[in-house]
Amino acid sequence: MAVLAVNNLSVAFHTESGRLEALKDVSFSVPANRSVGVVGESGCGKSTLINAILGLLADNGEISAGEIVFEDDKDLARLDAAAMRNLRGQRIATVFQDPMGALNPVLSVGRQMRDIQYRSGLSKRDKDARSVAMLRKVRIPDPESRLAQFPHEFSGGMKQRIAIAMALMMEPALLIADEPTTALDATLEVATIELLKDLQREIGCSVLFISHHLGVIAELCDEMIVMYAGEVVESGTTREIFHDARHPYTQRLLACDPARLSRRVPRLPTIAGTLPDLRRRPSGCVFQPRCDRADAQCLEVPPAAPIGGSHIARCWHADIPLGVSA
Amino acid sequence: MSAQDLLSVRDLHVSFRVGGLPARLAGRATEIEAVSGVSFELQRGTTFALVGESGSGKTTLARTLNGLQPVKAGTILFEGKELQGLSDAQMKPVRRRMPMMFQDPVGSLSPRLSVRSLLSEPFIIHGLSNRDLNAEVTRLLTLVGLPRDFAERYPHQLSGGQARRVGVARAIALDPVLVVADEPTAGLDVSVQGEVLNLLNDLRDRMGLSMLIITHNLHVVRQIADRMAVMYLGRFVEQGETEAIFRAPHHPYTAALLSANPEPDPDRVHQRITLPADVPSLLARPTGCEFHTRCQQAQARCAVDVPVPATVGDTRLTCHFPLNI
Repeated sequence: MAVLAVNNLSVAFHTESGRLEALKDVSFSVPANRSVGVVGESGCGKSTLINAILGLLADNGEISAGEIVFEDDKDLARLDAAAMRNLRGQRIATVFQDPMGALNPVLSVGRQMRDIQYRSGLSKRDKDARSVAMLRKVRIPDPESRLAQFPHEFSGGMKQRIAIAMALMMEPALLIADEPTTALDATLEVATIELLKDLQREIGCSVLFISHHLGVIAELCDEMIVMYAGEVVESGTTREIFHDARHPYTQRLLACDPARLSRRVPRLPTIAGTLPDLRRRPSGCVFQPRCDRADAQCLEVPPAAPIGGSHIARCWHADIPLGVSA
Repeated sequence: MSAQDLLSVRDLHVSFRVGGLPARLAGRATEIEAVSGVSFELQRGTTFALVGESGSGKTTLARTLNGLQPVKAGTILFEGKELQGLSDAQMKPVRRRMPMMFQDPVGSLSPRLSVRSLLSEPFIIHGLSNRDLNAEVTRLLTLVGLPRDFAERYPHQLSGGQARRVGVARAIALDPVLVVADEPTAGLDVSVQGEVLNLLNDLRDRMGLSMLIITHNLHVVRQIADRMAVMYLGRFVEQGETEAIFRAPHHPYTAALLSANPEPDPDRVHQRITLPADVPSLLARPTGCEFHTRCQQAQARCAVDVPVPATVGDTRLTCHFPLNI
């Protein structure tokens, strides 16, 4: 059963210089108790995707097609604002990149954790007890006495753990994590990933994890989707994609990660060209203007080619594995 | 300081006052040492990387070199000249030689200035507005690989990678010998990160630049730095040649950092060294070796004796029980 199923979702923004299609025909699902990673460069639509799921698109944005089915019975694309408010923070929780931005600097951590339980009907004492238990779960030492402290009294890694504790407090069905480890250094990054894995098992929620750090996705996620210019170009299990990427964009992206290089190279690999202007999408395959495999066929919209299992690549030439040049 | 050394830092201390009067009355510490006893040399034409956790003092060290933070004790010799104690006016010509690139590519550019104004600004500030500024702007845009018409754009019209290129162009506008870059690729995508690092490497080779780079991405360090230093609580716990340190880290903290580096392979079995997550406060530094509260190798004497700096091959480190010896 999927907690979240996004089907043929398109999102457009109306800008002064014309209509911009930020997401085009995006489909994927997040199964129960699984982590799904979303990778892609800035501008590929990762944030638009999250905002569409959370019902937080800017005023000039609209869902022009498709549906976002949450827990099998609610289409988030059509839910009214009040019903959406009831889901956010309860059934769908979020953790963002900057923990300081998620915490109110002038309220104690205890007060903020109490506030987010406003719908629980518990007494103040019981709410505090739950806050303490949650802080202990995210390994904040001595949580009773720390409830009275303010966000600035915690280190960056601790603030992010508090933000995670607050997100998971109401035991959501889906946790959306948007670059939650980007601001942390390597040791804290790994500790945060391990923590998320443990908590996910314990609480039994699904995770939609957005990152441009491929190593983090490889460690945390079961499945992943690769986005380019607002489209899902490849999806499958993390193992399938890291070991047998078939879309030329995914292959290039993986090759660009300096973590793949075991020694120093004179020039780091890059992807030539730039993202297309989303107001004037290229015809056919969206990656075709930058792709060295592109031919006449690529001017037609490519099919979602099945590679095996759940692995899909939207490419006319998806039969060429990584490491084989065209 | 040898003849090849462009920059030589000796026993540098930088401190901040905290707490103010209430803390003083309560008898608490009123000063934290963000940089404590740091010494290193940077040779001409080479790249030196500073790594360490957030809050370990990397940015403070870089700002101090640039005269943006007063020195409490120690010496900074740059091109043979002592920088400590220089006034702001005396620092100005030094900053021409040692420009700084700040974190956040877009945020470090004024949103109200066009790229043309941003690139002309260094010349105006340093009294060189008699030069042909249009020609200089074109020269700089070409150097960093941006089209000429970008001069008319504003920062919000630039992508992260393009904004970073403008930042690089500003840094190399005058006659730099040492570029200090604070997290030059943080927040950039891997492909764009590669472009920026290639650009920095090209400029280093073409203009004979030296670079001091602050980053917490260890994969980046390995690709561009000749030498590196690992900071912990304001001190260098290990410094030496990048390749040697990656091959065989001697300090347990360096070993933990390297083992924590997430790698893009879901099947990789990690031999991770996990550290207790709690970094001690600079207000209450641990006794003895300051890393002993998180160190797996720590023994009784680590909590008591301060380790003396030792040398293993080309690597300098402070640890009682170094690894990989």
